[in-house]
Amino acid sequence: MSRVMVFVGDQPGEIESQAITLGHSLGSVEAVVLGDVTIAGLNRVWSVQHPLLSDYAPEAIAEALAQLVGREMPAAVIAAGTERGNEVMAHLGALLDLPLASNIVSVDASDDDWELTRVRWGGSLLEEATLSAFVKLLTVAPHSQPAFAGSGDPEVTIFTPEIDDSLARTRVTERVTVEAGISLTTAPVVVSGGRGVGSAEGFATLEQLANLLGGAVGCSRVVTNNGWRSHRDQVGQTGTRIAPSLYIACGISGAIQHWVGMMAAKKVLAINTDPDAPMVTKADYAVIGDLHEILPAIVDEVKRRKGLE
Amino acid sequence: MRILTCVKRVPAPGARINLTEDQRAIDARHLSFTVSPHEECAVEEGIRLREANGGTVTVLTLGPAESDEQLRYAISVGADTAELILTDGEEWDPQSTANALASRIKDLEAEGQAFDLILFGNESADAGGYQVGIRVAHLLGRPIITGIKGLQVEQQTVVARREVESGFEVYRLPLPAVVAVKEGINLPRYPTLPGRLKAKKAEVANLGPAVGIGGGLQMRMLRTPKEQQTVTTVLGRGADAAPAVVDLLAELGLLR
Ligand SMILES: Cc1cc2nc3c(=O)[nH]c(=O)nc-3n(C[C@H](O)[C@H](O)[C@H](O)COP(=O)(O)OP(=O)(O)OC[C@H]3O[C@@H](n4cnc5c(N)ncnc54)[C@H](O)[C@@H]3O)c2cc1C
Repeated sequence: MSRVMVFVGDQPGEIESQAITLGHSLGSVEAVVLGDVTIAGLNRVWSVQHPLLSDYAPEAIAEALAQLVGREMPAAVIAAGTERGNEVMAHLGALLDLPLASNIVSVDASDDDWELTRVRWGGSLLEEATLSAFVKLLTVAPHSQPAFAGSGDPEVTIFTPEIDDSLARTRVTERVTVEAGISLTTAPVVVSGGRGVGSAEGFATLEQLANLLGGAVGCSRVVTNNGWRSHRDQVGQTGTRIAPSLYIACGISGAIQHWVGMMAAKKVLAINTDPDAPMVTKADYAVIGDLHEILPAIVDEVKRRKGLE
Repeated sequence: MRILTCVKRVPAPGARINLTEDQRAIDARHLSFTVSPHEECAVEEGIRLREANGGTVTVLTLGPAESDEQLRYAISVGADTAELILTDGEEWDPQSTANALASRIKDLEAEGQAFDLILFGNESADAGGYQVGIRVAHLLGRPIITGIKGLQVEQQTVVARREVESGFEVYRLPLPAVVAVKEGINLPRYPTLPGRLKAKKAEVANLGPAVGIGGGLQMRMLRTPKEQQTVTTVLGRGADAAPAVVDLLAELGLLR
């Protein structure tokens, strides 16, 4: 059975666990962790230990991985398709001069060359590709696999790489905490506005509704481009990906780059003047009409039912 | 400061993506072209740094002859010079792309001074490989950090901020360095009339056609994911629909 290394870093979460699931379909998984992390249900865990790795340092991590790969020669190295996963694996690909297939959703490894499917356009298009390399490097598109669950303690082997001090040049030097309200990524409901909202002031009603529902406000790129909202609120391919229980899209047409950011929502309610807007035809629920009339009426009705009036 | 920004021409699909008959590309006959929003911001960031520190901004792309349009757009908003590495129109894999970019950058640096800062978009809008910038940095032996939404240059250091769930992380890279930025780092300006005239007259250095295909990751074909068929329940029209909407909110358990 071929050996597959899965890099999970120092805080393995759900997405990293999904990468382990993909690894299992390809061979025997050995997790590579930073520091004293362990993962139940695996035969082996490599614990990479080095003072430089006490905080996130992509170049140094990749250097450590390159040394481990050079020594152990696994068939593949896999990581989660997160910001950090993709970054570390691209460094590894560059160091070893090996190709990297990022954000894959499935692999057929029955031949020397692997046939795989990866996502493009942030998830709105799929690509079939062939990966030929001595050691295959992959990152796994988030939520394309179920999470891995196993039991039993693995054998933990400590690996101490040699890392030149100069690689501290790309290490985190400082962390700044920003107090924010309910975050876009964890809010159960997101009230989102597009061009149809018309102005920065127009978002006041969306804020009101979001507050009443314990949710967050989102927006489209037209809105951030017009300077009506901060980019932190942008949903979509070049903004944030979210999966709330309910997404309320107010005056958003439903361009594919927006849709990929919220298509994981359980339910979508579109409020739009145009009954043929893609957001309306793809939504579970719709209200047709001017959001400037509809939203205040919804706010009033919510207040009435909550006994706030 | 000598600044270089790398961009990629891509089609801008609307509500859905249609493919060509051979399924190897997006059918772009009715589409406009652009660069990723991340790269628009990379161009803007380069121009702002030059405005603050003096120097020049060069834009570089690898792509078909039509990429001239994206280079001229960059000039119309303030870039000084533009360079095109011409391909035959087929998309190149990330390794070949990085090799060609790095070798052109080395040539440009041999003709003049080294670039203090090279900017990329975090990932291209279409292929989304998340690696060309990192590979170029390694080929040039320079540090790189990606996912950046805030930049400052302080003497020989670039201070870069990366947004994370709890706030942001700060990185300090010695120059010369490479940084891959994300949309949101700035709000790109629009072209001015004089900018447009300058762009029209500008000379775009055109090298190639180059051959470089042969990396270990080869695209075979594209397909669109299966679209979920949803039946849309129309809750009503105008303000009269409010009670039905709130019924739905209650049903979903959101009225607590
Ligand atoms: C590479 C790339 C990446 C991109 N990334 C993103 C991204 O991350 N996020 C994103 O959002 N976009 C992104 N875009 C842009 C995207 O293609 C669209 O341009 C954008 O999403 C459109 O925003 P919108 O729906 O607000 O505006 P429009 O498309 O103009 O739609 C406005 C809608 O509002 C409706 N409307 C108008 N007035 C009212 C009213 N009074 N009441 C009710 N409805 C009304 C209209 O019927 C229409 O449906 C990206 C584009 C590219 C090329």
